[in-house]
Amino acid sequence: MIGIYVPGDSLLHHLPAWAKVLGLVVSCTVLVLLGSLAALAGFSAFVAILYVVSGVGFTAAWAQIRPLRWFALVLFVMQFVLMGLDTAVVSTLRIVLAVALAGLVTLTTRFADMMTFFERCFGPLRGVGVDPFRVSLLLSLTVRSVPVISALATRVREAQRARGVSWSMRAFAIPLVVSALRHADALGEALSARGLDD
Amino acid sequence: MTNESPRRRFPTGDLARISVFAALIAVLGLPGALNVFGNAVPITLQTFGVMLAGAILGSWRAALAVAVLILLVAAGLPLLAGGRGGLGVFTGPSVGFLLGWLPGAALTGWIVERGGSNPGIVRLVVACLAGGVGVIYLFGIPVQAAVTGLPLVQAALLSLAFVPGDVAKAVLAAVVARGTQRAYPDAIPAVHSERVKAG
Repeated sequence: MIGIYVPGDSLLHHLPAWAKVLGLVVSCTVLVLLGSLAALAGFSAFVAILYVVSGVGFTAAWAQIRPLRWFALVLFVMQFVLMGLDTAVVSTLRIVLAVALAGLVTLTTRFADMMTFFERCFGPLRGVGVDPFRVSLLLSLTVRSVPVISALATRVREAQRARGVSWSMRAFAIPLVVSALRHADALGEALSARGLDD
Repeated sequence: MTNESPRRRFPTGDLARISVFAALIAVLGLPGALNVFGNAVPITLQTFGVMLAGAILGSWRAALAVAVLILLVAAGLPLLAGGRGGLGVFTGPSVGFLLGWLPGAALTGWIVERGGSNPGIVRLVVACLAGGVGVIYLFGIPVQAAVTGLPLVQAALLSLAFVPGDVAKAVLAAVVARGTQRAYPDAIPAVHSERVKAG
């Protein structure tokens, strides 16, 4: 599985994860407070410069914004009808910029670095009985399970095709869920056998 | 759950189930995994997975499975439908729908757990509709209104197009959960916790 991270050597890549997340929180707050078109235009330039500095490339940048394209269009039209052009531009731009900025943090931060940052944030939870070892086991088991379950899904679909069954969601999902559960329970037993319950 | 032995609050078998269901929800959103509607409508089966997690794992395990998935997405894995992931998801307008998965899965699980060792199809449908549609919209629409600055009614209108698909998914999730629980009785939350208690 490939993360969203784009390797690079820019200033943003070298900043620690906590600094980038803090910067994101501050920038988003500023973004919410900015109301005028001119201020937002300035902010857009700021975001564009950050993207150029990061050197992640246009494709990666567009991939962050792309999921918003239809929503942004519908929102713009609705705002335009309800509240006029200025409000429509400001609020649509605000959303696109917030997503672009947050995306940039992910694009320039390794998955492992971000996880380490989260782990540190959840550190205080140790006091209420959260076991950090179990949490990281849970997370890494999940990452490992994605290709396993994906392979199960392919197998169920191929078996269906081989029998010439016409497409049926029930006939696909039930075997998939049952075999996923069997896999999970076998995995649980294997973990217990290795002494993880103690 | 196990007040008498706080050290085993988190049995290893549950850990495996939680991570496998988190992975299942992710796989249901993978491109090419399932294109039921021919990819024309941006309807994903991930909420279907959320409802299944609730109906099969029970409330707190299902909520934990969703939490694990959300955490991995936030850290930068593209596990949401269409390969989305990263912090951009959390500043976007649909973040409420994503965070609504948590209480949604928990409510679905809670209702199914109340059904004891043989939850009927009616209960399953109600549980999936309440948790997988009701709660998710309850969180999603106000957040969307807040992010976009639209009035609540207009924000609700934006989501209207997704309601028929979501209702269909809830019914489908109930049917699939029922079939799974018939084939594999340990997929019933109450039966599973009985078995775990018995050791």
